[in-house]
Amino acid sequence: MTLTFEDLSSARPDLAFIAHWVQAGSHVLDVGCGDGVMMEFLQAGKQCTGYGIEIADDKVLESAQRGVRVIQQDMENGLGLFRDNSFDTVLCLSSLQMMKQVEDLLRDIVRVGKEIIVSFPNFAYWPHRVALLKGRMPVSKTLPYQWYDTPNVRCATINDFRDLADEVGLEVVECVALAEGKIVGLLPNLRGELAVFRLRKKGTAKGTAKAAS
Amino acid sequence: MHFAEPLPLQSGAQLRDYMLMYETYGTLNADKSNAVLVCHALNASHHVAGVYADQPKNVGWWDNMVGPGKPLDTNKFFVIGVNNPGSCFGSTGPMHNNPATGKPYGAAFPVVTVEDWVNAQVRLADQLGIAQFAAVMGGSLGGMQALAWSIMYPDRLRHCMVIASTPKLSTQNIAFNDVARQAILTDPDYHGGDFYEHGVVPKNGLKVARMIGHITYLSDDSMGEKFGRKLRDAAENGGAYKFGFGVDFEIESYLRYQGDKFSTYFDANTYLLITKALDYFDPARAHGGDLAKALAGTKAEFFLASFTTNWRFSPGRSREIVDALIANRRAVTYAEIDAPHGHDAFLLEDERYMNMVRAYYDRVWKGIAA
Repeated sequence: MTLTFEDLSSARPDLAFIAHWVQAGSHVLDVGCGDGVMMEFLQAGKQCTGYGIEIADDKVLESAQRGVRVIQQDMENGLGLFRDNSFDTVLCLSSLQMMKQVEDLLRDIVRVGKEIIVSFPNFAYWPHRVALLKGRMPVSKTLPYQWYDTPNVRCATINDFRDLADEVGLEVVECVALAEGKIVGLLPNLRGELAVFRLRKKGTAKGTAKAAS
Repeated sequence: MHFAEPLPLQSGAQLRDYMLMYETYGTLNADKSNAVLVCHALNASHHVAGVYADQPKNVGWWDNMVGPGKPLDTNKFFVIGVNNPGSCFGSTGPMHNNPATGKPYGAAFPVVTVEDWVNAQVRLADQLGIAQFAAVMGGSLGGMQALAWSIMYPDRLRHCMVIASTPKLSTQNIAFNDVARQAILTDPDYHGGDFYEHGVVPKNGLKVARMIGHITYLSDDSMGEKFGRKLRDAAENGGAYKFGFGVDFEIESYLRYQGDKFSTYFDANTYLLITKALDYFDPARAHGGDLAKALAGTKAEFFLASFTTNWRFSPGRSREIVDALIANRRAVTYAEIDAPHGHDAFLLEDERYMNMVRAYYDRVWKGIAA
């Protein structure tokens, strides 16, 4: 059975939104591919090729069961297996916040990919701010962990990430904040629970990214 | 199966008039699209799975992997195991008569390479009418054969499954192999390879060769856990050392026993030949050491698995293959299994490993059923 866009939309609306940004037929690397649902959709629905990277045994198995070409590897060790500019699109979705070496990994992502799509839970989402004002670490749908058991070791806001992207040589093509899988237009850094950035290397030809929209 | 046409070998020699022993499991479908070739490693054979009616204890070497309902499911796939020439389980080898002399080949048996074996396997496939395998699969030296298939006959397999293997031996691997060979070659009973006519077997050489090989198949931790520093006759001796050169420790007893057992059924010339085949395998060599170039003509989809505690062919060696495949944009799935058993893990039961292989064969099967 093929995974349809509708299946993806109901299971993972954030991924369904992001899938629009991936050009059909592109060569994709999904860094931290999890259960492989995104790559499965991109392969089946958008004729993309490429690989997922994942470290957890159960997720690697799920990805393989979905027919994803999954490479079991710790992303923390970088993307040494991949050549410069070898992917049209590199995805790093809801994974970056779990990395210790965020900056190094991001630089490696920039090295191997032409276009980069990054998502992460927005720490500045208003319920998180409220929780902090009440003197508590935020626990929400996008940050569903207690402070002592969270795999999210790097907490960032939309504005913070924009600075880092600039520093590693990335130009922001688009940045949206999602809540419940829908775009938040007004006050995104306050009202968005998931930050989604579409980026490309600074100084690369315009139009290549636009063509995908 | 008998082959009258000589098999030209990489060395320039040829193998005249030879036999290949093979076994099959499952049923070949009408369009012959469900065949899987399983390649064996150093000391295994064509007997991949199951038992013989008259030998209920002779279980196939990959019986946990291959069979009805197993990861390589013989209810779906037609599986072929073949004994390579030069081996000692029925296919033509150094213990058989050389048609040129009428005497056993002995050390005169031509040195065979992984590529030679693949050429022999291709002839078997031709005879069985299999134009393209659904998959060619192997572990360790068997994985080298699968990899060689993908390079030499890219149109004759859809999936290539390389487990606990390497694109070439390391210096250390070759060094271990040569120690093993020296043990055999310097055994007085070796008689320059012609021990058959002397009615002896270089048992001691084979035993030592097997002992050193066996150590490289296990991890330090798994050996430690199983044997530790336990003494063999602790109860009788009150835990005292024997202050001699007999067996003190359990590990000595175990390795000697395994070595003795091995020397009763394995052929010394075969051991020399197969370790040489291991040493010579290096498909990147013809491409200036560039494995990516060597794999540029491959068409198969790949599955690789490695085991973290395998220090003989470590995960890094599998990653070299993965790296070269990715450089060629080949479809590749790679699992790095955190198993404690060292190199031998590829033959053992491990849920994560078995599940990954099963998941991969499900995909292979979908490609056939579609």
